[in-house]
Amino acid sequence: MYPSRFAYEAPKTLNEAIAILQANGGEAKILAGGQSLIPMVKLRFASPEVLVDINNIPGLDYMRIDEQGNLRIGALVRHEDLEHSTTLAATHPTLAAAASLVADPIVRTRGTFVGSLCHADPQGDWSATMVALGGHIVAQGPNGRRQIDIREFVLGPFTNALAYNEIAVEAVIPPAKGRPAGSYLKLERRVGDFATASVAVALDMNGATVGRAGCALAGVGGKTIDANDAISVLVGKTLNAESIEAAADAVAEAADPRTDHRGSADYKRHIVKTFVTRILNNIANSEQKAA
Amino acid sequence: MSSLYEVIPPAAGADVPVRRITIEVNGESRTLDVEPRLLLVHLLRQGLNLTGTHSGCDTTSCGACTVLFDGRPLKSCTMFAVMADGHKVETVEGMGSASELHPVQEGFKQEHGLQCGFCTPGMMLAAKALLERNPDPTEDEVRWALSGNLCRCTGYQNIVKSVLWAAEKMRNDQPQEA
Amino acid sequence: MALDEIKIGGMGASRRRVEDNRFIRGKGKYIDDVVLPGMLHMEILRSTVAHANIKSIDTSAAWEVPGVRLVLTGEMMAARNLAWMPTLSYDTQAVLATDKVRFQGQEIAAVIADDPYIAKDACSKIVVEYEQLPAITNPFMAQDPAMPLIRDDKENQPTNKIFDWEIGDKERTDQAFAEADVISTIDLHYPRSHPSPMENCGSIADYDRATGKLTVYMTSQAPHIVRAAVAMVAEIPEQQIRIISPDLGGGFGNKVPIYPGYVISILASILTERPVKWIEDKTGNLISTGFGRDVYLQGQLALRKDGKILGMRMHTISDHGAFYADAQPTKFKIGLMHSTFACYDVPAAHLTSEGFYTNKAPGGVAYRCSFRVTEAMFFQERMIHAAANDLGMDQAEFRRVNLVKDDMFPYRTAFGFLTDSGQYDKCMQVGMEAIGYANFKAEQEEARKRGKLLGIGISTMTEPLGAGNSREYDIIGIKMFDSAELRVHMTGKAILRTGAKTQGQGHETTWAQIVAHELGIPAEDILVEEGDTDTAPFGMGTYASRSTPVAGAAVAMVARKIRAKARKIAAHLLEVSEEDIEWELGRFYVRGNQERGVTIQDCALAAYSNVPDGLEPGLENNAYYDPPNLTWPFAAYFCKVEVDAETGVWDVLKFVAVDDCGVRINPMIVEGQVMGGLTEAYAMANMQYITFDEEGNCIGANYMDYLLPTAWETPGFELHEVVTPCPHHPIGAKGIGECATVGGPAAFVNAVMNAIEHTGVRNVDMPLMPNRVYEALQTGQDVSGMPPVKVG
Repeated sequence: MYPSRFAYEAPKTLNEAIAILQANGGEAKILAGGQSLIPMVKLRFASPEVLVDINNIPGLDYMRIDEQGNLRIGALVRHEDLEHSTTLAATHPTLAAAASLVADPIVRTRGTFVGSLCHADPQGDWSATMVALGGHIVAQGPNGRRQIDIREFVLGPFTNALAYNEIAVEAVIPPAKGRPAGSYLKLERRVGDFATASVAVALDMNGATVGRAGCALAGVGGKTIDANDAISVLVGKTLNAESIEAAADAVAEAADPRTDHRGSADYKRHIVKTFVTRILNNIANSEQKAA
Repeated sequence: MSSLYEVIPPAAGADVPVRRITIEVNGESRTLDVEPRLLLVHLLRQGLNLTGTHSGCDTTSCGACTVLFDGRPLKSCTMFAVMADGHKVETVEGMGSASELHPVQEGFKQEHGLQCGFCTPGMMLAAKALLERNPDPTEDEVRWALSGNLCRCTGYQNIVKSVLWAAEKMRNDQPQEA
Repeated sequence: MALDEIKIGGMGASRRRVEDNRFIRGKGKYIDDVVLPGMLHMEILRSTVAHANIKSIDTSAAWEVPGVRLVLTGEMMAARNLAWMPTLSYDTQAVLATDKVRFQGQEIAAVIADDPYIAKDACSKIVVEYEQLPAITNPFMAQDPAMPLIRDDKENQPTNKIFDWEIGDKERTDQAFAEADVISTIDLHYPRSHPSPMENCGSIADYDRATGKLTVYMTSQAPHIVRAAVAMVAEIPEQQIRIISPDLGGGFGNKVPIYPGYVISILASILTERPVKWIEDKTGNLISTGFGRDVYLQGQLALRKDGKILGMRMHTISDHGAFYADAQPTKFKIGLMHSTFACYDVPAAHLTSEGFYTNKAPGGVAYRCSFRVTEAMFFQERMIHAAANDLGMDQAEFRRVNLVKDDMFPYRTAFGFLTDSGQYDKCMQVGMEAIGYANFKAEQEEARKRGKLLGIGISTMTEPLGAGNSREYDIIGIKMFDSAELRVHMTGKAILRTGAKTQGQGHETTWAQIVAHELGIPAEDILVEEGDTDTAPFGMGTYASRSTPVAGAAVAMVARKIRAKARKIAAHLLEVSEEDIEWELGRFYVRGNQERGVTIQDCALAAYSNVPDGLEPGLENNAYYDPPNLTWPFAAYFCKVEVDAETGVWDVLKFVAVDDCGVRINPMIVEGQVMGGLTEAYAMANMQYITFDEEGNCIGANYMDYLLPTAWETPGFELHEVVTPCPHHPIGAKGIGECATVGGPAAFVNAVMNAIEHTGVRNVDMPLMPNRVYEALQTGQDVSGMPPVKVG
């Protein structure tokens, strides 16, 4: 409940923040929402020497679609900004479905989308949705900006690909090639629980045919499970009982769950399969209704 | 110095870096010197003697420490006081006035929305924030909005009734449109 | 004219609560809100391992941290004879570990410093060298001769077994089983659960060397018991000890035991000559303080083929952790487990019980359990459920055939309890109607055709509340009466103090209602205080739902004593003899001339200014109530669920509660207690438990692992009432605080069992998490909740 001592900086610009990271050779950590970092610091699971508070840097709280159709989410966009968006359900249904399932409503006023991706929790909801949607993180360091593909961003549990002197300034999700469809299902025993298993599915539909398919899993492996290859069996197909079962089986195979007090590995794998099936069935049914 | 004396601590404590911050708490500007690691909840409770905000758990789970930060609910155990520099914080002591209770406070009393009272300040502030955005919530919307605040005593049913009571009172008290 | 009882806040009024006035303003005074000048802060270092010899404890670096005043270890406590303390079950418990650590989270050392951040800094610099031993996490491992002896500190403790106990008539029960047409069996684990009030435990000890007085603010549901215990352990004379229990943020039995932190803070205050505050964190609370349950319950019913129960056998195997520290009437090793089946007519019964030490936190009796009645009634209703199915009888019908009938009271149970009143069948009827029981079978079949699994579960309970009369009940020899002291002032206002200690039950509101009922003084004119042993009359505290039955009775009795004296004063004022005085709410009047009377307030003034010769002035008195018997509320709970066969997730569609707690002092508060209790029942049935992994690590020592339901998961409850007054209680009340926690869990579990009945599964242990329900559906096998054990 009582953190150990640390030094605190509250820079007003990105360059200032990067300079502090540079000067501290890996002993400094970025503090945005703090809803994952501060609990760890309080329990002394993490004891950074310097915390760099970026909440005072203007111009990082945007969420917009650019001229190319990319969704750009700035570093200070809070979870509840996604939850309360009136447009996200239509443009990015996978994100919209996950938004209200992240932590609890109070944590969502503070925690950030980009911060959550950087935290790289194997049970992180946003990591799973982002890997299913594809896209990249824009990192800024002393030498300028670079893009890190989201599939290369998480290296392991709580480990991301940023250099010690880089800040993730935005997440970018490319435009859908067709009608965006998808959802996020999470088995949690109560609001705020770790996921027993969760599934993000993002499809781009061309009429009744799947143009692009993305899928990722949380809670069923040492890090976010990239199931994009597994679900690619749907590409070029329509959604019917057969194709859905094949996809669900493939995705369940990609999971790497462990047996623990939340359930056996078999059970978690089964939940993955069930959730993929449900999401795809829902998409198929709404396709039928639209037709 | 704001009083007749200031106690100077022994030299051993002198090299701890502190930061001067100014926070508007319940409408009043407060300036303090704090260590960066001081949690906002402890600043409120020990630094400012506002003990209505409570500390319950170690994992940002229970919400007993909920305050309003720039109008939005925040678990004050999961923010360092230094981060609140330049911001507005409202605690339970800022709800209502000396002469009049806030409708949410009244609702909790009328509908038996509390028993031991420990979760109550946080619960009421989360409810207040909800009603400011959604003046006519359904029961489900109330339960959803309060799902970050744990209560052990009431079973939540009367808390929901309290919030709906307050919502109705606030709608009825609105001045008529011209 | 007589006053309107509801208007003056008497009995039956849903009077809004007095306590709320400060709580809704954030002006409660909980222990962490108390600040004493010069106060220091204490933090406890807890063990990271479950079972180990302590090779060394090095505190030298901790002493070096600026702002640290004192670092205490077991060795330093031992030098003052304080390393061990007695428990309420005649065992001993370590205050700070000396030779060995016996559970994960056990107290190892304490740092006292200028503020809690510094104390925590210093704690993290203490270096402990452990030599790990195998950890025992269930009572079966405890019996394995290959496993180590946990209590090697005790003489005459050759094994990890604490006790054998039995009650009932074995011969008669064996006979009943020999005659049975059908024998039904059940085998359950009621998992370890924790009361987890929102507020953690703590103390502020303040020893004044000049006066020799020790004042301790403490989160205690029973401050007078603490005063006596501290007098014995710390060897400070009892009149020099003052325990103040301030506003409590929930108790549920967690704040009954005396924890090492309290004792250490007292010694620290004596040594530093400063007040010392110790507030534990949530992890400390969950990992080390008084838990509830953790019992294996095995039973059988002997049945006649027409559905009549002939006999009952029960065997319990309980897990008490590293020290036997149960807080219960001391004669009963497994609490009031033998209250099981008290609401059913069972002619013969036999209960055997074994208790064991394990490497887990000490306790077992806590968590709104009424001294293990939670286990007794859970077993009862799970046994009943299995038996009804074994007989092929309808669940409600089987219960109604065997429940005690109205004309059988007073009824002597096979274990010797005397239940005195109830309308059990009426409660069943009300509940069945409300849940839509008559149509359910058809609804269930139809739904199953569509792939939906619906279920209804029933649970009934009665509880032995108000422990208890002095013939049979005591805690370490102290009898379990309770008290009330009422002082009526000259302006007709009053102050009432009792030996109880509210933790959210609303005593400040409800006790005044009893006085209003007896004396006609408006409830708002009566100030109620509890918790300060210097001012409150001696009582045994509030737990096991005993306060309305015992302290509440004392309140009624003292108010009657006051009224009896006021009557004499009234006669004097009205210049008639006492026989000619009549009473109506709030006033005495002359028989035959109702207009001629005096109010109770007139009598109060006269008590100080105009008493008759021979009568002592003043209008103050006290009462100590030794209850003649326990009270026996009854409840019938009906739960309807839908189970998702693909995931094992289940949702509550409807929950009906029918409670008969006798006369209700404040209906609003009674309903609040029921809803709170049902939520805890739901929690235990669905998600909430403490378990252990193969290494002996505690899983459930923080709110990410120990799951309390939020407003989102918690179902709504439909409440009904039946009122059968208690024949021996002065105001006919029975107590309600724990009924729903006692009877609730089985309703949820039976509902899920009913929904998945077609698989043949007899039992899934709580909590019925989705993976367990799914496993049952897939395998058709029972699912046990015993913590996993390393193989090999």
